Amino acid sequence: MPDAAAKIEIACTVNGEPRRFRAWPMERLLDVLRRELALTGTKEGCGEGECGACSVLLDGALVNSCLLPVAQVAGCEIRTIEGLADNSEQLAAIQDAFIACGGAQCGICTPGMILAAYSLLERHPQPTDAEIRADLSGNLCRCTGYTKIFESVVRACQSRSAAP
Amino acid sequence: MPRKEGREKVTGRARYTDDLTFPDLLYGVTVRSEVPRGRIRKIEFGPGIPWDEFTVVTARNIPGENCVFLIEHDQPLLADAVVNHPEEAIVLLAHPDPYLLEEARRAVRIQIEPLPAIFTLEDSLSRKQVIWGVDNVFKTYDVHKGDVDAAFARADCVIVEAEYRTGAQEQLYIEPNAMIAVANPHDGVTVWGSLQCPFYVHKALVAMFGLPVEKIRVVQAETGGGFGGKEEYPSMIAGHAALLAWKSGRPVKIVYDRAEDMAATTKRHPSRTRHRTAVTRDGKLVAMDIDFALDGGAYATLSSVVLSRGTLHAAGPYFCPNVRIQSRVVATNAPPHGAFRGFGAPQSIFALERHMDRVAQAVGLSPQEFRRRNFISQGHTLATGQVIREAVDMARLLDRALRESDYAAKRQRFALENPTQRLKKGIGFATFFHGAGFTGSGETTLASIVEAEATPAGRVRILTANTEMGQGTNTIFGQIAADALGIDYDQIEIAQPDTAAVPNSGPTVASRTAMVVGKLVETAALGLKHELTSAGFLAADYSSDDFARACSRFIEARGPLRSRSQYQTPPGLHWDDATYSGDAYRAYAWAAYVAEVTVDTATFETHVDEFVAVQEVGKVIHPVLAAGQIEGGIAQGIGFALTENVVWQNGRMANGQMTNYIMPTSADLPRIRVFFEETPYEFGPGGAKGIGELPLDGAAPAILNAIENALNISLREIPATADRLMEAFEKADAAKSTEPARPRA
Repeated sequence: MPDAAAKIEIACTVNGEPRRFRAWPMERLLDVLRRELALTGTKEGCGEGECGACSVLLDGALVNSCLLPVAQVAGCEIRTIEGLADNSEQLAAIQDAFIACGGAQCGICTPGMILAAYSLLERHPQPTDAEIRADLSGNLCRCTGYTKIFESVVRACQSRSAAP
Repeated sequence: MPRKEGREKVTGRARYTDDLTFPDLLYGVTVRSEVPRGRIRKIEFGPGIPWDEFTVVTARNIPGENCVFLIEHDQPLLADAVVNHPEEAIVLLAHPDPYLLEEARRAVRIQIEPLPAIFTLEDSLSRKQVIWGVDNVFKTYDVHKGDVDAAFARADCVIVEAEYRTGAQEQLYIEPNAMIAVANPHDGVTVWGSLQCPFYVHKALVAMFGLPVEKIRVVQAETGGGFGGKEEYPSMIAGHAALLAWKSGRPVKIVYDRAEDMAATTKRHPSRTRHRTAVTRDGKLVAMDIDFALDGGAYATLSSVVLSRGTLHAAGPYFCPNVRIQSRVVATNAPPHGAFRGFGAPQSIFALERHMDRVAQAVGLSPQEFRRRNFISQGHTLATGQVIREAVDMARLLDRALRESDYAAKRQRFALENPTQRLKKGIGFATFFHGAGFTGSGETTLASIVEAEATPAGRVRILTANTEMGQGTNTIFGQIAADALGIDYDQIEIAQPDTAAVPNSGPTVASRTAMVVGKLVETAALGLKHELTSAGFLAADYSSDDFARACSRFIEARGPLRSRSQYQTPPGLHWDDATYSGDAYRAYAWAAYVAEVTVDTATFETHVDEFVAVQEVGKVIHPVLAAGQIEGGIAQGIGFALTENVVWQNGRMANGQMTNYIMPTSADLPRIRVFFEETPYEFGPGGAKGIGELPLDGAAPAILNAIENALNISLREIPATADRLMEAFEKADAAKSTEPARPRA
């Protein structure tokens, strides 16, 4: 079991909803999201912070949930892929763009990649090609060669700026 | 056409194996050998673990055969008396608490008396130790055309010889292997998993459990990449999960972590190719003598077939009257090497396309002019004697690739600028082909079946065993069926690959899904239409809604509406396994790739700056997906060429982490520009040929040819890591300083 004697109670906000659960303090946020909260959209690719498949937004910042002891998220706001779209009918612009441009192939890096792209567009609504490349370089994709992912990001900026 | 399962994937709702849960689920782990070869003496279960809570499985608990059924039946599901490679599975454990399970795994001590082991191709070929069969050789092939020895005796030829090597490469799908099993003597065995070939797993489980075929069911869950890495190995994991489930009576989930996946599962075969080529002084190929060797690892697995494809691609898309290809794959005490996109062809094509540049140099021709003089064309024969029936125009592909990449101007500019620069630039290319579908008579033997059925709501369901793992199977099958029937794409459903529900349409490998199975989808879909029209439910002219109504009315009046198609060999194809001659592949994709690189002569890091990929793959079914296949394959090829270095220590991968096994990130890759020339292929759906593996073949030789252009050194081994490049550069520099200065070619 994870290194700590007893489970503790942790309260945080997940996808806009207040949540309370008991967990080992050193348990990985990734495992708690997947096992305790049944939010399986967050994926494990490497378990060592290299691939970014487990990316989530923690108080708006992109983090690897496989490296984060859950004790550290007490009082924080967490957003996972399940919380990105307003509802299942209306996808976020970046999600639509991934479908339209072929940004998702096998789909396993996609939740993390979409959150990384979303986070980039929040900080830089009109990123340059170099900014896109640099910003997404913490999220590995083995299928696409990234070209279709860059196209997805560009399309999302266009549709975001065209939106009323 | 949007990807069929795209919405699920972008919202995180797609369910991969590790996302599935079952009541009373146990987790399973594998205890593995730490030595490369030896006799198992004792298995001890250490103190401090409540062992009575655990399900423990060893070879003795296997109800059927202790063997992973594939081609040879040499690989055990669990090692019993001996181990033949590091990480070989010996004991399985299951427990509800994954944390306690990991502690237990570490508490198992396996005493193994070591036996001498071998780790290199050379040691295996020289039989330093015989570790497999009588001579370590899994398989050999001999391809002969013309009279090679007589040709080499000709006085008017230049002879060029060299040796080339490629390293192992990890598939590195981002979803590690995963499997869930439910198994008991009453219901049989059902597994859900991340896998490419449901019927391979099915066949293996039948033998492992000694059960009738209908008692075994294999279901593919959403699969997070495969690239060949989930072709054969999932049979092993399915067997392990099923054994634990069988013994415990509870569902068992085995999910490999990244380190285990990299250490224990298959990789691309390391290779050594020796070329000896006779060429006339004006640059016509006279004879090619090719010796191709692969390191297969400890068990036969798919090595014979990988060797076959590598052998059949070794002489490339060139016409040469005299060819001899002798090949073999041999055993070493490493985990078995296996399927990886390209399947032997990237290895032999790397060697050939590096060598073609070398031969061009030897006769004083530019690489492009030398190739133009030797390209295969319609009516010519390949090394196997296969007559090329299609209208192939390699020179046109090459010219377009050179034009799109501004090759000539760049070659000139780099030659002027490089001598004074620390950052040296180079541009190079490769021209190549890739055969689609199973080799020789393979497709005829497979005799794949596809079904289409109409639903009462008037939709069409396509039933195949071919898996979606990112490449777009669901989408193109939907598109092919919709086009064949002239109805909306959204009216087509794709059944989940489940051996209890779908026919065996063969494995999802060998660039066969679009061309071979896609054609069966087209035929099966047309069968529905034929049934409806001939029974008078559908007029000649109809809308999507008419079609749906006709299906509903048919089912109401007559019951189920189904159609089935089975593979038919196109006319005029012949293959002889005994002489390894004839039509090796039904169709080939043809390509010319250009890479532009910068090498930093302080750090010896290579960056690929531009990449142009021109190919002819028949008619393109889905331009976005097709380009995605090419771009993704090239990205893997760039890794293969430069950074993906498996470091071996006594048969074990020493850098089995994403931190130190370096695949390309978004910051490392160039803009990849993809161009298609479309020549319809008569026997493919809508004129399509296979595409998936092609891009892996051309990237590495194009990049190494570009590096040679940048540094004027001839590296013949990949990956071209910084240290390898530095060593070669310094060696060349030292040699140059002892020679008088001469102008650069």
